[in-house]
Amino acid sequence: MLFNALLIAIREIRRNLTRSFLTVIGIVIGVAAVVTMVTLGRGATETIKGEISKMGSNLLVLRPGQGWWSRGVDQFSLADLDAIRHQINGVADIAPFVQTSVSAVYQENNKTYDVQGTTPNYFEIANWTLSSGRIFTAEEVEDSVSVCVIGETVRKALFGSVDPVGKRIRLGTTSAEVIGVTAAKGQGGFGDDLDDNIIVPYTSLVRRQTGSQGGRFVSQAMISGEDGFPSAQIVAEITNLLRERRNITGNEQDDFNVFDSQQLADVVTSSTKVMTSLLGAVAGVSLLVGGIGIMNIMLVSVTERTREIGIRLAIGARAREVLLQFLVEAITLSCIGGLAGILLAFGLCHALVKAVGTPFIFDPTINLIAFVFSAAIGILFGYMPARRAAALDPIDALRHE
Amino acid sequence: MSAPPLIELQQLTKVYGSGAAAFKALKGIDLTIASGDFVAVMGPSGSGKSTLMNLLGCLDSPTSGSYRFKGIGVETLNKDQRSLLRRHALGFIFQGFNLLARTSALENVELPLLYRGYPRKRRHELARIALANVGLADKERNTPAELSGGQQQRVAIARAIVTSPETLFADEPTGNLDSKTTHEIMDLLGTLNRDQGISIIMVTHEDEVASFAKRVIHVRDGLISSDLRNTPVDAN
Repeated sequence: MLFNALLIAIREIRRNLTRSFLTVIGIVIGVAAVVTMVTLGRGATETIKGEISKMGSNLLVLRPGQGWWSRGVDQFSLADLDAIRHQINGVADIAPFVQTSVSAVYQENNKTYDVQGTTPNYFEIANWTLSSGRIFTAEEVEDSVSVCVIGETVRKALFGSVDPVGKRIRLGTTSAEVIGVTAAKGQGGFGDDLDDNIIVPYTSLVRRQTGSQGGRFVSQAMISGEDGFPSAQIVAEITNLLRERRNITGNEQDDFNVFDSQQLADVVTSSTKVMTSLLGAVAGVSLLVGGIGIMNIMLVSVTERTREIGIRLAIGARAREVLLQFLVEAITLSCIGGLAGILLAFGLCHALVKAVGTPFIFDPTINLIAFVFSAAIGILFGYMPARRAAALDPIDALRHE
Repeated sequence: MSAPPLIELQQLTKVYGSGAAAFKALKGIDLTIASGDFVAVMGPSGSGKSTLMNLLGCLDSPTSGSYRFKGIGVETLNKDQRSLLRRHALGFIFQGFNLLARTSALENVELPLLYRGYPRKRRHELARIALANVGLADKERNTPAELSGGQQQRVAIARAIVTSPETLFADEPTGNLDSKTTHEIMDLLGTLNRDQGISIIMVTHEDEVASFAKRVIHVRDGLISSDLRNTPVDAN
């Protein structure tokens, strides 16, 4: 009986293509809107997560002062870093970070770049990989050897098509050998170029370029947390330790801050999620309106098809078969609408991700939810018209003009 | 004991409405119709002939009295049971043809078989036989809009006989047709009655159409006013 109803319903849909199209268009648009919104939202979330993970996963950055810029606040010593490494649970690794701006010269090419002095473990902590050459070793840091690893932007600007590995460049007043090139990371979360840097052993930078060997010369520390260890706890423990080491007591404010990439990722992710659900809900309303559209047209069509229903009843259709026919018609229409909406959303997402610049992440769950929801709308809004059709009296229905 | 007659009505009444507004459409009909008969029901409008047809066609249930169709007490059946009786034993032809628009002749004819749950192959096979029976074997792809009035009524007849019903109910089957086509359709009904033994009960207001029947019943004011036999039932 169900198969029969389906067969009859499909014939009716085919027989009235224009009306069927008008009936489902609301569902198509509703489903397409929901799926597109949620898919784009997911894409945006992934983009932001990707930006943050470029910095390094589980990355904590320790800086002096509060906020991004600090002047006149004590920097950190290597002893501070050792204390953090050894006394705090969950710290996987820590690298000192010293930064200065110098002009880099290779032959006639000359440009000013950030030079970052650090230790070899920084490459792993900050998620750098190499496209060629090697990173410097602990021994080279120990001996303050003049070597450098350059970013992709620097390589392009200074060397063009020449292989930079093994060449010497001038950094400020000293000369350094290029031993490696980092793989491009592209733009950072603020649109800044992540690849216009030169990484050197911190010893060479501190001794030669800033001239303040020993003591509190570390302007930043890059800390990686152990996988799965709650970063908030690491931040809290580092804060306590440093307050102690820097003699900050009572209600005095911290004169340093710890930036937590994980926390930033969480905040951004959850706010994008809220945004996505909000847009999805608005689109959901249009799906509901689409359902009402189905009910509207089905109700009209029951009246319009009264005679047809009369014929069916006269030749022996039972009320429940007429009910089933109309219900199956509504459900089939809304399912077709749901599928068409999903296809439309697929096309829209493909077009829009290019414009928005986010990746296209196909999420089967939202597609399934949207489809099931549209089928449910078919049942919900198809039932009333179907009841009305089934309640018709064959004699009255046949007499209907 | 012999088999029960096709149709047996005893003191059948039908009242529409209730109380002061009640209208007695049928006031107690006694009627017996034998299997294989071809009966024309005539009468002026408001006489109750349509009500009688609806009751005979199991489309409606009587207010009182009994209606036995092949021994089955139709007055005791509910709506769905009457649907099943129509599906399995009755065929209907209407004045307005009542074909499904934008649907091919073949699909129109196979419609009753769809409700019987026959498989596609069997449906098509039977529908083609029925169409050939009414002389429209070459029109199975045509939709009603592409057929003349007479051809449409033939499709409707094919739809009515595709289930090989015991009885065919025809409500003014030629009301919308010209006199030439009327003759063709009545010849066709006569042939179905004679050659295939299908009992036919037909409502008409034209004497000429009624003359094709073997028996003519006049209804007036909710009662049978005359019952004339043109031809014996077994005169095949």
